[in-house]
Amino acid sequence: MTRQSLHIDWTACDGRGLCTELLGPLLVRDEWGYPRAAGYGSDVPIPSSFVAEARDAVALCPRLALTLQEVRAPARS
Amino acid sequence: MAEAFWALGRATGVVSLVLFTVTVLLGILTRSGRPALGLPRFAVTLVHRNVSLLATVLVIIHVASLLADPYAQLRLVDVVVPFLGTMKPFWLGLGTFAFDLVLALVITGLLRHRIGQPAFRFVHWFSYAMWPVAVLHTLGDGSDVGKSWLVLLLVLCVGSVLVSLAWRASATFVEYQHTRFEEARR
Repeated sequence: MTRQSLHIDWTACDGRGLCTELLGPLLVRDEWGYPRAAGYGSDVPIPSSFVAEARDAVALCPRLALTLQEVRAPARS
Repeated sequence: MAEAFWALGRATGVVSLVLFTVTVLLGILTRSGRPALGLPRFAVTLVHRNVSLLATVLVIIHVASLLADPYAQLRLVDVVVPFLGTMKPFWLGLGTFAFDLVLALVITGLLRHRIGQPAFRFVHWFSYAMWPVAVLHTLGDGSDVGKSWLVLLLVLCVGSVLVSLAWRASATFVEYQHTRFEEARR
């Protein structure tokens, strides 16, 4: 099973805030305006109900700092 | 029929200049990273893109109708190569130059994800050249330039862009600039 994860390229990000608007509860803005996901760093897992919003965020990011990646769920041991 | 093309060419020229002015204003607004006019940030970006595409469609109608109009004496080569025109070659050439820049801006804008941010940004800076060149083309080539409504419209366009450029250059332009400066000073 594959899941979507949103990768944030911090060298490109300028904290313009479009992604935090589109991905409301997943991403919040820190005190400098940069996106932050509770418990995650540069790769934010996207639930399937937010994939469309995540695609919009990738398309509209003014710094092209976002990419949507498919991550394979770790095999059960 | 020729009269119709002439009228259409003049009208779409003026309307596209107004729309390009709105595009520049919305672009500066987009760059500020602020929500505005009751719209969230991503919507400001989308309106900026859509108004610019609408302006491009109108400028294509402007060029096409004047190509079809015999008075304008516009040849196909004048659409892309500047300063070769038969009538007012300099002022027409400015229009051609601005049109070329518009095409470059639209193509790189639509292909932003393919060409990458540095190339997009480099070309997109030429918006600041395209708009004044288009204004000069209107002033030098516009058949209605002496009329007060067009003078008023041009004063409004130039004035609004100058005001927004002053805002663009000011220290409080970017939304989080204050916080970021304060943090850097610590």
